[in-house]
Amino acid sequence: MKRFRRHGHDSQRDKLKQELYQFNKTVEHGFPHQPSALGFSPSLELLAIGTRSGAIKLYGAPGVEFMGLHDENAAVTQVHFLPHQVELVTLLDDNSLHMWTLRAHKGVSELLEIGRFTLTGPPGAIPSVTRVTAVLAHSSGELLLLGTEGGHVFVVEVPGFRELEENNISLHESLLPSTHHRWEGQNLECVEALQENPLNPRQVLIGYSRGLMVLWDLDRRCAIQHFLGTQQLESVCWMEDGGNILSSHSDGSYCHWTVTGKDPQTEPEKQETPYGKIPSILVDSGISTVSKLPPFLIFSGGMPRASYGDRHCISVIHSKTHVALDFTSRIIDFFVIRDGERDPNALVVLVEEELVVVDLQTEGWPVIQTPYLVPLHCSAITCSHHVSSIPLKLWERIQAAGKLQNLHYSRKPWPINGGQNLAPDPPQRDLLLTGHEDGTVRFWDASGVCLYPMYKLSTAMVFHTDADPNDNMNQSTEGEWPPFRKVGCFDPYSDDPRLGIQKIHLCKYSGYLTVAGTAGQILILEINDEAAEQTVEATVVDLLQGQEGFRWKGQARLDLREDPVTFPSGFQPFALVQCQPPAVVTAIALHSEWKLVAFGTSHGFGVYDYQQKNNILVRCTLNPNDQVALEGPLSRVKSIKKSLRQSFRRIRRSRVSMRKHNPNNGSCLLWLQLQEINARLEAETLHDMELAPVQRKIEARSADDSFTGLVRTLYFADTFLSDSSQSTPSLWAGTNGGAVFAYMLRLPPVERRMDNKVTAHAGKNSKEIQLMHRAPVVGLVVLDGRGAPLPEPLEVAHDLARSPDMQGSHQLLVISEEQLKLFNLPKVSSKAKLKLTALDGSRVRRVGVAWFGSSRVEDYGESSLVVLTNQGELHVVSLPSIKLQVHYPCIRREDVSGIASCVFTKHGQGLYLISPSEFERFSLSARWVVEPRCLVEAPSETRPTSHSSQVHRDQPDGASMENRICKRLVEFAFN
Amino acid sequence: MNKNHRVPSSRSLSAVEVKSKFGAEFRRFSLDRSKPGRFDEFYGLLQHVHRIPNVDLLVGYADIHGDLLPINNDDNYHKAISTAAPLLRLFLQRKEEADYSAFGTDSLTRKKTPAALAAVLLRPDANRKKPPIIISLPKDFRPVSSIIDVDILPETHRRVRLYKHGQEKPLGFYIRDGSSVRVTPQGLEKVPGIFISRLVPGGLAESTGLLAVNDEVLEVNGIEVAGKSLDQVTDMMIANSHNLIITVKPANQRNNVVRNSNSGGGAASGSSGRSSDSGASYYSYSTPGATAMTPSHIIQNFRPEEVESDDEEEDLVIEAGGDTRLAPRPAAGATASYSMPTLPRYEPHLNLRPSNGAMATSASVGSLSAPDRGLERRNLEEDGTVITL
Repeated sequence: MKRFRRHGHDSQRDKLKQELYQFNKTVEHGFPHQPSALGFSPSLELLAIGTRSGAIKLYGAPGVEFMGLHDENAAVTQVHFLPHQVELVTLLDDNSLHMWTLRAHKGVSELLEIGRFTLTGPPGAIPSVTRVTAVLAHSSGELLLLGTEGGHVFVVEVPGFRELEENNISLHESLLPSTHHRWEGQNLECVEALQENPLNPRQVLIGYSRGLMVLWDLDRRCAIQHFLGTQQLESVCWMEDGGNILSSHSDGSYCHWTVTGKDPQTEPEKQETPYGKIPSILVDSGISTVSKLPPFLIFSGGMPRASYGDRHCISVIHSKTHVALDFTSRIIDFFVIRDGERDPNALVVLVEEELVVVDLQTEGWPVIQTPYLVPLHCSAITCSHHVSSIPLKLWERIQAAGKLQNLHYSRKPWPINGGQNLAPDPPQRDLLLTGHEDGTVRFWDASGVCLYPMYKLSTAMVFHTDADPNDNMNQSTEGEWPPFRKVGCFDPYSDDPRLGIQKIHLCKYSGYLTVAGTAGQILILEINDEAAEQTVEATVVDLLQGQEGFRWKGQARLDLREDPVTFPSGFQPFALVQCQPPAVVTAIALHSEWKLVAFGTSHGFGVYDYQQKNNILVRCTLNPNDQVALEGPLSRVKSIKKSLRQSFRRIRRSRVSMRKHNPNNGSCLLWLQLQEINARLEAETLHDMELAPVQRKIEARSADDSFTGLVRTLYFADTFLSDSSQSTPSLWAGTNGGAVFAYMLRLPPVERRMDNKVTAHAGKNSKEIQLMHRAPVVGLVVLDGRGAPLPEPLEVAHDLARSPDMQGSHQLLVISEEQLKLFNLPKVSSKAKLKLTALDGSRVRRVGVAWFGSSRVEDYGESSLVVLTNQGELHVVSLPSIKLQVHYPCIRREDVSGIASCVFTKHGQGLYLISPSEFERFSLSARWVVEPRCLVEAPSETRPTSHSSQVHRDQPDGASMENRICKRLVEFAFN
Repeated sequence: MNKNHRVPSSRSLSAVEVKSKFGAEFRRFSLDRSKPGRFDEFYGLLQHVHRIPNVDLLVGYADIHGDLLPINNDDNYHKAISTAAPLLRLFLQRKEEADYSAFGTDSLTRKKTPAALAAVLLRPDANRKKPPIIISLPKDFRPVSSIIDVDILPETHRRVRLYKHGQEKPLGFYIRDGSSVRVTPQGLEKVPGIFISRLVPGGLAESTGLLAVNDEVLEVNGIEVAGKSLDQVTDMMIANSHNLIITVKPANQRNNVVRNSNSGGGAASGSSGRSSDSGASYYSYSTPGATAMTPSHIIQNFRPEEVESDDEEEDLVIEAGGDTRLAPRPAAGATASYSMPTLPRYEPHLNLRPSNGAMATSASVGSLSAPDRGLERRNLEEDGTVITL
């Protein structure tokens, strides 16, 4: 942009900027949004997930991940690794096939698209002839067999995508055994399944949707045997002896066929219906693997439609054990990882909202915790908070508390370990805390590429909620059939929306945590290594300070449990502040050195002393005319919109009914007239709509706007509020109406901290600043005499920051949505400002202070302000000169929730949600970039004893089958 | 001119009661509202009723806002008559002792930013030495809007400045997305643009008569809106609302200012064509000829000390004990225009409307503790503040 060009180019500065700032989007954490396909390479030990938006993601050992994006904005419907190679093929919704490879470049592998291909049928053929429904990556690694909706199988040479027309397989009725005339005159319909004989790669089983299966010899180009199934086919699989076939059908049954060479086989060897013949849904997909004895049979679906049609189940049957794993979201696909010769090691299931890995070797089949692909959104994320450089002590305590929560997980190590993670160890320990709708706070290890869950805190147990605590979903009744077992943690349903977490503040030095929620509750917690019984002391704070004549129409306050509650080790609450009215908490600040917590809502703010457990300051910021804020979150806007929508619908409906009224008895003329009137009315409505497009009101902000009193930011600072010679503790609050309030705080000496009261001074030692432009204040920072932001509480005491300069004069930086403004303290005279909105129409949405280290000189660095605007642009602003340094487009401006979710780290990185379940990590710092650096090497062709090749023969690489309707079977064996 | 003619003339009372004050003496008489006659006749009448036939007079009247405005030509005479409701209060002064600075209004706040005033009223050019023409000097009017930079803009464009100096009056307009046709080297091209979609009756925008529905907005305070979204332009306008300068391409191209004309539209707007504007002159309009200059001008805008020079009202600081002051600006922040010597200044017109003046001031500085904040104004707009946390 032009405005970054300067008159007298300061080339020195420009050079420095290059050493300090550099923008990269580095890695996506969490679970891909809307997954649509799953693939697995046993030889590479890599897992691939395709999404509806056309992304393809590969995961191996923790830290090994790759991402690719198809240019076409089409869903990935199938992913298949080419056996023994580093290539994989994706099939998109638009019927295009794409070849991807992992290419090593400078010691690091990259995922690259190297080819694309779309089947072209004979001229004039209908599209279904070439519409791909089944893909088989042949174990030779050279062929791709493509079954289509038209019932053909095309053979394509890979990786070059060369069609081998002479090898194409087309079954004609004439070729069918003549004894079976019921096939005559019928289209074979689409190819549902293509499976290679695990013992003879030249034999391929083709399954058609009507139930017919054909064993085809690739060399002789002829059918060896026909299996005449009568039910709609869902999937087929080979048993690993190569002599038996399993097929699953839409009536909820599966059939066992034997390859005898006697053609045709008309009846299955054995037919079974695991959950009853009557109305059952399809056995979507089936898989079964052989362990020593007896076999594992694994299939999805098959549930009686009437009673369990809404369940998402995978059944695992092994000897006498039979479990129906009950997932909370739709099953996309699954596969089995084998250990050594034949043992099934783990079952990997991709459901719409998470990846679940079940340990099949441990008694009870426990779930293995995933080191990546964790569903961040198991309950919707409502806020996030990032804490950089956690001291080791606290880190270990959190980790220990988290371990105790994970006892129900399997002890087995993560079974997918492809690739090498070459990324250096992260230089520090970072925590990301996410607040969720159900009142939980999750702690994530955000130091590196993998966002690993460390600990989960639930605040719900402090309160009485509507949910029955005994209502345990996991409890299954004895002898229930089918034997359901809940698995997975995705649970989007919140018992009580008031529990939702809105603000989090963790002091990494003291282990104190403040968590604030939707119903005006502020919990103060402290980490404790032992489980303990705690009585939470509650304080109700009236933020309206006796303002009368209004009715709060919002939610009620949460009820505290009076009796002491035993809290597990970890963060345990000991104090609770409840705002009255119980509006959403919009800002909090924690000062662990002073032992104070400040909190704000749309009505005002207060300060709570958690040492003495009393409230020391209340300030109402509400404009008494602000009815909207007074009454609470009863959205008038919404109701108006709703009523408008309804009336529109009513009009439309009445018109439709008028038109549908047939003139069977009335005169035709009248009917025509009516039609004409209708048409005119419609045209007029359309015209009106065109005349009244979206318009925006241009009006100066006014003191009487709604929510001017909403507290946007709170800040504790030891600075010069009223006196330039002596600094004092102070609290600063910024509101939506562009006002800044400052209060001097008097703290008793440490030795008398328990006895003497902390006081906040109104009157003489307070200040208020009303910004003329009245834009919401989103950030407040005090800069010390050197122009550096004040350190965090206890940071100096722990020797981790240089003590602030208290000699020179301090400055207050007020960041409003429209501009940045610097004031001298204590006079509050304006010193400099930087306008954003007036010049480019962008508004500040998120702001943070970050330290940028030079990538060239080890000990040089600068503190800067990082700003994210509503246009999705990131700006770095120098301190204390408040000048724009660099800017980068980062988020689409339409992505409002992404922009709102952004958090900055203290070292120039940031995270924001790109979907409800994924964080994108970006880096503005040139010195430290957290990004995946990993290497995947092609498996060597000759590995005689390695189990992967064995597995490979058993299970064609790319266990993923089509999941357009999700049908599959892999193999089975009876003994 | 057009502005004066817009004044609603349909008054029910046919007679205008006139109360004329000269020195300590009052005279009362009435005039027929429908037939006010010419200014020179009226002037003679005044000399006659006050029995001062040979004294050169400066005639002023109190308008409906309580501002003292001059009567020195037919136009403003007719305006005075037509707006009198029903009493027309006249104030006569001897010309030789006349205090020109008494005219005008609500100068309390603007006095504090003389830099702005200088920029509004004065472009340092040669004309300054000429004796002021009595007719329609800018200071004779309470500015609500002005057409500016007529000399540097293409004739098809109009740059309008809206003065919202603490007025109660809302800016009062809406904008929308639309498309306009541009001439490009490739021929005609349809490009998205921002248009005025609605004027609020009684709002500042409507009362100026300079903006109309379907005018295309080209710039906001000198910054082109091309490529910006409706929301961005909205935010820009709101951020500049205290001193909003919008360049439009009027939908109606018939009333355009004709260049090099001394009177015409420029005079009628209440500001002469020679007035300029500090805010706007930093960003020159980027017609093809001026494009080359644009970048350097825009860069200047990012220097805080220069941005400071626009006439934004200062933030309010309430100190301990509740005394209120404006955030002081250190000397470094002052700009060159501070020291401009020949500044015409708006003086507070306290004798006429002391209470109004004070009210305007307190409202304009937005005192936090303002007790007189309009309690009756329940301005709960649904489309007001958007809360994003």
